[in-house]
Amino acid sequence: MPEDTTARHKEYWRRNIRYVGMLLAVWFLVSFGFGILLVEPLNSVNLPGTAYPLGFWFAQQGAIYVFVVLIFVYVKLMNGLDQEFGVSEEDGA
Amino acid sequence: MTAQQWTLALVVASFALYIGIAIRSRASTTKEFYVAGTGVSPLANGMATAADWMSAASFLGMAGLISFMGYDGSVYLMGWTGGYVLLALLLAPYLRKFGAFTVPDFVGDRYYSQTARIVAVVCAIFISFTYVAGQMRGVGIVFGRFLEVDIDVGVYIGMAVVFFYAVLGGMKGITYTQVAQYCVLIFAYLVPAIFLSIMVTGNPIPQLGLGGVDLASGMPLLERLNGLNTELGFTEYTSGTKSMLDVFFITTALMVGTAGLPHVIIRFYTVPRVRDARVSVGWALVFIALLYTTAPAIAVFARTNLINSISETPYSEVPEWFTTWEDTGLLRFEDLNGDGRIQFVGPNSPMENELTVDNDIIVLANPEIAELPNWVIGLVAAGGLAAALSTAAGLLLVVSSAVSHDLLKRSLMPEISERGELLAARFAAAAAVLFAGYLGTHPPGYVAQVVAFAFGLAASSFFPIIILGIFSKRTTREGAIVGMISGIALTGAYIVWFTLMHPELSNADNWWFGISPQGIGTVGMLLNFAVTMTVSRFTPEPPEHVQRMVDSIRVPRSVA
Repeated sequence: MPEDTTARHKEYWRRNIRYVGMLLAVWFLVSFGFGILLVEPLNSVNLPGTAYPLGFWFAQQGAIYVFVVLIFVYVKLMNGLDQEFGVSEEDGA
Repeated sequence: MTAQQWTLALVVASFALYIGIAIRSRASTTKEFYVAGTGVSPLANGMATAADWMSAASFLGMAGLISFMGYDGSVYLMGWTGGYVLLALLLAPYLRKFGAFTVPDFVGDRYYSQTARIVAVVCAIFISFTYVAGQMRGVGIVFGRFLEVDIDVGVYIGMAVVFFYAVLGGMKGITYTQVAQYCVLIFAYLVPAIFLSIMVTGNPIPQLGLGGVDLASGMPLLERLNGLNTELGFTEYTSGTKSMLDVFFITTALMVGTAGLPHVIIRFYTVPRVRDARVSVGWALVFIALLYTTAPAIAVFARTNLINSISETPYSEVPEWFTTWEDTGLLRFEDLNGDGRIQFVGPNSPMENELTVDNDIIVLANPEIAELPNWVIGLVAAGGLAAALSTAAGLLLVVSSAVSHDLLKRSLMPEISERGELLAARFAAAAAVLFAGYLGTHPPGYVAQVVAFAFGLAASSFFPIIILGIFSKRTTREGAIVGMISGIALTGAYIVWFTLMHPELSNADNWWFGISPQGIGTVGMLLNFAVTMTVSRFTPEPPEHVQRMVDSIRVPRSVA
């Protein structure tokens, strides 16, 4: 059993790293990407339906909203992963 | 009721609330004192974290700063929120599983070294004290402006209140007062913002109003402000003046610094389970985002209002608030060309600027500029105090637990009893409050630079070694110690050189690659990562029990 558990934990950790990597890619894209590196080209259009230049919107509003969503997506993914691998804290102490 | 009576009433009422909560939540064990008995619900912890995090600078200073910096102000907005993503994904759940009381606790155990623990204690205390000085000062200033008491007296009153709930209740008392303080501060921030948004754009939601239409001119608001800025010789509001590289580095330093601040990290020790720690960071960011997405809207409303109401206005016809704030020294007018009118112009204008506006005034004077009722003015004062006191208390707890837990219990006097440690914690908290009060009444002349220092230090010391401690089992104590010291040394030397020793040289021509002292923490962090990983490769791998510990913190619950 211990061998088996170790292998399961390794797989759990690998999946966790993959989730974190994906989410951090989005984190980087909306802040450093859209809000800083690409801010000028994006500013030539407005956020649809508003008078916000798009790059400026990402830098001062949009990135923050995306950050919030990212954390809740992570929570959902990880709770699912905990269940799948039988390491959820809901099943007992 | 006058504004001053309202202020007094609201401040006294809010203080009574905080003290009442403190009496109800006294700590009777060290676990309660350090981590509130790990019984805080994720939602309550999210609110407490938000209050812990948002300081006098966020509440009073940030909107003003953005108002004058325009797009460049984005570094604070993204930097001070993006760090929470790092905290949620890379730190909080694992540190909660580790289940320690302090940050040096983790560093000392993971790196099986008393030296590492002591280096961490010194960093934690230094970061917290540099930060707390500004908070106490903020308390004094709010008292001074709104209640016309001496700034020092204001600091003493603030100290007395913090003393009461930090010494008595420890983390438990602090947590529940912070929940109340969050409610006070967010209400106080949003009410004037909503009034202003309706006034300027007709939309009651400031976040939408910012992207809306300026009622006075019928033009899109941001376009209107860009026009006004250009006309007056400032840079367009939605473009910046900082180099892209510097914006990139400052944003990174603030994000990483946020995730490495000990008073923020320890908040996630207080929830019952790993899954609670994850979602709690999410709640914290929701509560923080409420203020942080409102601030840029206030910045634009206030700037448009300011320009519209005073630019080229004859000095003899200025509104009443102008004179009131002139008396405080936050607003200064000097009629350089003697035409009797106020020229508020930027560096690209052929005329000379005659008006100096302090950043803090944007939030403080908003209710008066917008002619809001007197109770709103009192509310803003109570909100500013809540923001400053909640942050101060969180920082002081870090100092007290670093002394009583890490220094006494874990290093010098391992035999100390539970009661003895609790007593030591209370004494340390009391001493920290007194020292913070001293800093508040005798502020170093460079508070703002010193706060940048706290972020740079947190970014270049704690963040890399905590991350590596979790994500790389091969990281050794030698690597961590050398890495922390080289990160801090580089960051510290750069900041001290440019802000304390040679402020006259501090400009883009002399900075390395144009990276300002605010952004140097990013370089320190990268250096720390590189040094720690390299040294770890050439030193003996960590002992078996440490590797097992790393395995166990990676999984919420081990299967039997």
